[in-house]
Amino acid sequence: MEMAITIITGFMILGAVYAIHAKDLLSAVIACGIVGYGLVICFLLLKAPDLAIVQIVVETITLIIMVAVVLNSSREEAYAGLDPQGFVHAAASLIILVVLFYVFYMAIHSLDGFGNGSLRMAKAYIEGAAEKTGSANLVTGVVFDFRGYDTLGEATVLITAVLGVIAILRLRGKK
Amino acid sequence: MKGMTVIVKKTTQILAGMIFLYGTYVVIHGHLTPGGGFAGGVIMAGAFILITLAYGSDFLNLKSKEAGSTATENISILMVILLSVVGLFLGTKIFFLNFLPKGTVGELISAGTLPLYNIFVGIEVTSSIFIIFLALVIYKEEELT
Amino acid sequence: MITYLMCFILFLTGLYGVITRRNLLKIAISLSIMEVSAFLFFTLIGYVEGGKAPIVSPAEPNQVYVDPLPQAMVLTAIVIGLATTSLLLAIIIRIYGKYGTFDIREIKNLKG
Repeated sequence: MEMAITIITGFMILGAVYAIHAKDLLSAVIACGIVGYGLVICFLLLKAPDLAIVQIVVETITLIIMVAVVLNSSREEAYAGLDPQGFVHAAASLIILVVLFYVFYMAIHSLDGFGNGSLRMAKAYIEGAAEKTGSANLVTGVVFDFRGYDTLGEATVLITAVLGVIAILRLRGKK
Repeated sequence: MKGMTVIVKKTTQILAGMIFLYGTYVVIHGHLTPGGGFAGGVIMAGAFILITLAYGSDFLNLKSKEAGSTATENISILMVILLSVVGLFLGTKIFFLNFLPKGTVGELISAGTLPLYNIFVGIEVTSSIFIIFLALVIYKEEELT
Repeated sequence: MITYLMCFILFLTGLYGVITRRNLLKIAISLSIMEVSAFLFFTLIGYVEGGKAPIVSPAEPNQVYVDPLPQAMVLTAIVIGLATTSLLLAIIIRIYGKYGTFDIREIKNLKG
């Protein structure tokens, strides 16, 4: 299990590196899809079917919108060559990334290892959730009954984003 | 925008209804099988997006005011808030009270208010994603005349 | 242990893209990559070895299930990620309509 997830994450990293360095914008958008669909396979391996359904449809919709944005504007990344300012940027950012990786490596040592169940709230939510909420699907019970406030917040964020999109593009009725 | 070729139009004619029906199934059985409000909602939005992309907005005569979609979205979010506030009216001071009877685990009509929540959140997610798609892909920006 | 490190390398790749790229659409793609790595890390923490998917069936009691709480958080977060990405793309469409280019250094120099 661990080996399979590591291999798929390796493919996702390769796709991400290509998406950043591609010259053609349409190829970069499609390489972004590799990362999203690889995540669907990881969710299925980690026994989370709800998340796999949502992620596969949301990734397809994101790809549709990005392809529409690219096709209505320029298709090439206007690349001006390696100037000294860009070189200093890249070197400084690589140093920062190495420091962040070292800090994360130190922080991982306090977890129990992969697959040992490091979280303590799991017992309190599983034991008796089927009788207290009455639903057979534990994730739905947690989302709508034990943590209903978060779902209300999520619905509010969706509505605010729709309001923002309509206000930014300033759609009006045609005469 | 123009539509696509005849093959895509015929395939969409057959498939779009089935995709919508599958989304409804995932929403209603949210408390028994994997799925729920969010998963079924995005599947239903996918059916609408398929029809719009295959036939083109000229053929469908899409009006430039999304009045129908925004009304659906607003009504469903108001129903979600109403359902969650009922607990405060019944005397107990619990927000999000599960006030309908719970039944046995595994039946279709069980789990209190959970199926109602699933339905309303599913309608709301469908409307939101369809409005975002229409605004970004079909309508883009209006010229300031 | 090595799975967590690979997931963090994906996050660092996205962060490198946000810092060094000049094209606005590349910045949006890198933000999407960072969100994917966050979802993967949450689900990795909640996994229990030998557990089943969290659906209770009344015929078999006393099973070991994976943790449903991180899955509930990620379920909400995926849809919110779509909303924020679409908002970012709306702003990018507007910027392209006004300045005619995606490059952030030329937009900085033009100034309206």
